[in-house]
Amino acid sequence: MARMKFLCDAERCIECNACVTACKNEHEVPWGMQRRRVITLQDGQAGERSISMSCMHCTDAPCAAVCPVDCFYQTADGVVLHSKDLCIGCGYCFYACPFGAPQYPQTTNFGGRGKMDKCTFCTAGPEEDFSPVEYQKYGSNRLAEGKLPLCSEMCSTRSLMAGDGEVLEAIYKERVLRRGYGSGAWGWSTAYAADQPGNAFSPGRSGLDNV
Amino acid sequence: MKTLPIRWAAVPLLVLALAALLLAGPVAAQEGSPPPGAGVIPKEQVPPGLTQIPGPNSPRTADDVILYMDESKLVGRITIPDPALATLVQPEGRDWRYFRTRIEKWVAAIAIVGMAAALLLFFVIRGRIRIEHGRAGRTVPRFNGLERFTHWMTALAFLALAITGLIVTFGRPLLIPLIGHSAFTATAETAKYIHNFSSVPFVLGILLMIVLWIRDNIPGKADIDWIRNMGGMFKGGSTHPLSETGRFNAGQKGVFWSVVLGGLALAVTGYLLMVPFYVTGIGGMQILHIVHAVLGALMIAGILAHIYIGTVGMEGAFEAMGKGEVDENWAIEHHRGWYEAHKRELPRHGSTHGHGVSAE
Repeated sequence: MARMKFLCDAERCIECNACVTACKNEHEVPWGMQRRRVITLQDGQAGERSISMSCMHCTDAPCAAVCPVDCFYQTADGVVLHSKDLCIGCGYCFYACPFGAPQYPQTTNFGGRGKMDKCTFCTAGPEEDFSPVEYQKYGSNRLAEGKLPLCSEMCSTRSLMAGDGEVLEAIYKERVLRRGYGSGAWGWSTAYAADQPGNAFSPGRSGLDNV
Repeated sequence: MKTLPIRWAAVPLLVLALAALLLAGPVAAQEGSPPPGAGVIPKEQVPPGLTQIPGPNSPRTADDVILYMDESKLVGRITIPDPALATLVQPEGRDWRYFRTRIEKWVAAIAIVGMAAALLLFFVIRGRIRIEHGRAGRTVPRFNGLERFTHWMTALAFLALAITGLIVTFGRPLLIPLIGHSAFTATAETAKYIHNFSSVPFVLGILLMIVLWIRDNIPGKADIDWIRNMGGMFKGGSTHPLSETGRFNAGQKGVFWSVVLGGLALAVTGYLLMVPFYVTGIGGMQILHIVHAVLGALMIAGILAHIYIGTVGMEGAFEAMGKGEVDENWAIEHHRGWYEAHKRELPRHGSTHGHGVSAE
């Protein structure tokens, strides 16, 4: 079974924001919410790099650990998803997330953030595949169609890659060897343990974090 | 931003598994100063940018390519109108996660369960603190209607805040196994709204308390005696300290100040958490949450003791906030200074003394 990961090759990203636009459009992400964004480091200085960032679908996901209602789960492909039926919009996952991935619609009364929304790796959520309610809550389900996330498919420089972590690793390593340089796979050391693929889990699992 | 060039410099450094020579070159080139100890690449050959040319130490095999590197907090520029998202990696989340998943629960559990156990032990050993000379049968007015309204409004709001806060904190390990995920989500969502809205009467109550009682809660000489005497906690009877206790003793003053200061701190941190990014960023909210959670747990533990001594722990104490009037002997034993000062005004309150005429 593949372990799905994102890898953004910072040497290739040209900050065109096509991934951001593709994501917004594909999933009809509402105003004020960003499942993916491009961050430019050292803007205007030597060594400037842009990196496309979203939920990285961590191996040991902090959002899932801190969630008071235990609404997260990880698919067999390693994609971290959550149930909007269980989410209470408390904002804890946003405090814990290293990548700023969780987003909230601010449509409720003061202190209420509404159900959290984040990148689903184009895998939607726990609803039935291709059902209207699935699209309404989580956006489209490209993985169930056998397609990879649209952001990476849209990337004109093949900077943003999505897919099996081992394949991404091989591609990236070959690029670095051919170029003779590279700046590391941003977010990888934070998101993925170097030596373990991560375990699928569902709400209600046992584990120390629940104690 | 000043430190970023060095961090960037650290990247090829790791990639190439090379020490300071290459690092010093590009960094120095960017900052326009001669490279200290320039060795491998002369300065004029180094183009702007850190990793634009393959160096002599470029990776030769795939194993040299580093995927997992040290990532510290990185903030860049972003074109979408949400500056909060300009942070690339925010490792502080790990510390907060550790607090939320472990420390918070242990601190709250030890404080609250520990206090409950201590009170139970105290009750078993010491029993109910009686009015030493028995009831006089005459009552003295102690808290008027506004004072009692303030107390009970704050008390009910606090109970609501405490219970809903505990639901969100402990619900996942304790309630989800009992009632299931969907029922707990409904519970937790309701708890969240109750928690948010109960803060209004709670804060209003605290402000009223300050107005009503701050005058009687200034620490005084009698408090030292009271504390030295441990409030009569371990003495046989409710022995009175050497000097006369005023309207509130040191213990009650302690409750007042912890409720006022702790409550206001809880209110400030809580309200700031309700309006994310208006005042603080994520790092600030993590700290606010930690302060809020720890203070909340300590307040719950403290109020448990307050509830205990105001109800089962002491004879005649509940009437003060219940009926607003206390037995005369209770007043003499616990607040003689207040009673003596109050006695002079008694004729004005004569009508409240009709209960126990036969005792005279």
